Formats: sequence, structure tokens, C-alpha cells
Amino acid sequence: MQAIVPLQDDLPFPPTVEEFYPPSLIEGAYPWLTKFTLLVWIAVGVIIVFFLVAYRDPKMVPTKRQWIAESIYGFARENIAKELIGHAGVRFAPYFATLFCFILLTNLFGLIPGIQISPNSHIAFPIILAVISYVMFNYVGIRKHGFVKYFKHSLIPPAPWFILPLLIPIEFFSTFLVRPVTLALRLFANMFAGHVILLVFTVGGFALLSANSLLIKPLSLLSWALAIGLTFLETLVAILQAYVFVILTSSYVQGALAEEH
Amino acid sequence: MSLAEISGSLSAIGYGLAAIGPGIGVGIIFASYIQSTARQPESGRITLPYVWIGFAVVEALALLGIAFGFVFTTSTTT
Repeated sequence: MQAIVPLQDDLPFPPTVEEFYPPSLIEGAYPWLTKFTLLVWIAVGVIIVFFLVAYRDPKMVPTKRQWIAESIYGFARENIAKELIGHAGVRFAPYFATLFCFILLTNLFGLIPGIQISPNSHIAFPIILAVISYVMFNYVGIRKHGFVKYFKHSLIPPAPWFILPLLIPIEFFSTFLVRPVTLALRLFANMFAGHVILLVFTVGGFALLSANSLLIKPLSLLSWALAIGLTFLETLVAILQAYVFVILTSSYVQGALAEEH
Repeated sequence: MSLAEISGSLSAIGYGLAAIGPGIGVGIIFASYIQSTARQPESGRITLPYVWIGFAVVEALALLGIAFGFVFTTSTTT
């Protein structure tokens, strides 16, 4: 979606995948400097600056800014890390807090007027986030149990021997192949679908307005009303997906660190 | 004379049908979690990791549907 209110000629009505390939900001810099990469750098900068400023001069009675920063970190520490992993999870709390802030902020870019697209609606960015989580939970598992024991734990469930030839491939498929793929795809698909839905109802309103029949024209108001309603739904989805990504990462870490399955 | 005509891709309808299964599955998972936590509130913390793992595995089916929709677009003509 454009920064200005789109005119009906600007955008093709059934939105295409082309929407998700913004042009380069500087001539010849594609794909290294597009709207997406700029937004990612802005998100990184905003998070670093916010937490540095909020914690520059910590007080016993926190200021408003410090309170927000502490709430976010406290949420990642108490409600995600400690809740799912236990006391061993406290050392992962900084990662979870960073991940949560980054995904939440980049998701919310999809709703801020003037930006209105999330970098996470391009598969490349969720893939990197998922790869980091995937490598991390395997690394902490291998470091805790040792290479052979970790794979034995993850692949061989406590079951009678004759069912194992069936269970081991399933466990391998679900733990080492499906987990990273779904982690990336879930975030990507939600952001992608959310953007397409908003686009369909907003641009669809203009398409209905330019219809020939007088009876169809008023339907554009319904379309725009739905677009506004769906924006609130997308806000919910943006927050929920950030939460789900972090909570799944932490439950994978918990599974890797668990003593027995 | 044809009564209705469909142009474009039917894959959206196919994906809608495919999403019914994971939709029901995810619903059952969270319903069971709510029910079990209501019956035995102190077990909430113990069952929570299984809820998220189960949710991830079930939702994987819907996500595979999205992915394969894009993967197989080149081989279909309608």
C-alpha cells in the first residue's frame, strides 16, 4: 500500500505478490536497500535506543519509560522463560525479550499509517529468525547432553521396540525439519495474509466504487468498514504472532534441555 | 448456457477446505487446555509446553497448505 491514499488506478484490484517486492530506494542497490531492509534497521535502532535511554539512569521508583522497559523484560523473564523452562530459563530471557520486541515492532509496521507493510511479510526475514532459534535450541541441547545423548533423547521416545522404526522417522521429521519451517512460515503467512486481506478490502472498495451499477457503488462503504475492523484484528494477530514465536522458541529450548522425554 | 462461471485459481477454495482440519484441531487443543486447567488449576503450568508443541504440530498442516500452494503453482494450469 502506498503512503498516500491509493487511487484506484495506482493498484491493480486483485492484489498480486508484486506488492511484496518493493523497489530499491537507491538506484542499483536492490535487494540490499529496499523498504524492508530500511524498516529492519529502523526497528533495530528503535529497540536499542529505547532500552538504552530507559535504562540510562535506573531509579528505585521507576519512571514511566523505565517501567515500560522493565515490564517487557519482566514479561519475557517471568511469563515466558520461567513459566516454560523453569529457573534454567532465566539465562535465555534477554534473547526472548529481544526477539519479542523485534518481531512485535516489525509486525506493527504493517499497521502504522505511512509504512503499512511488515518486513515479516517477506519470507527471508522470518527464515533468519527461525534459523537463529533452531540453531540455538539444538546448540543448548547438544551442549547439555552431549551430541549422541541429545539425539537419542530427541529421536527415541520411550516406546516398545517394534514401534520404533515408525516413531524415529516421525520424531526426526517433526523435531528437525518441521519445527524451523513452521516457525518461519507461521510468522510469514500471518503477516502476508494480513497484508493481502487489508489490501483486498481497501482497494476492493475503490473497485466497487468504480463499478457501473449504482446498486454496487454503496457496497464500497461496507468494504472500507470491514477494512477498518480487520485492521484491529491484524493488530491482535501482530501481537499474538510475536508471542507465539517466542513461546514456541522457549518450549523448543525446554524440550532440548529436558532431562527425559 | 452456464449458470455461473469461475475464473482464476481454485486453489484459494482448496486451501479454505484444507484449513478446516487444522482449525478444528487447534480449537480442540485449546479447549482441552482450558478444560483441564479449570478442573485442576495447579496443572496449568505442567501442561502448557504440551499445548504449544501440539498447537505447533497441528498448525503445521495449515502452513504446509500455504507453502505448497505456492510451490505447486507452476505445474497447474487452471
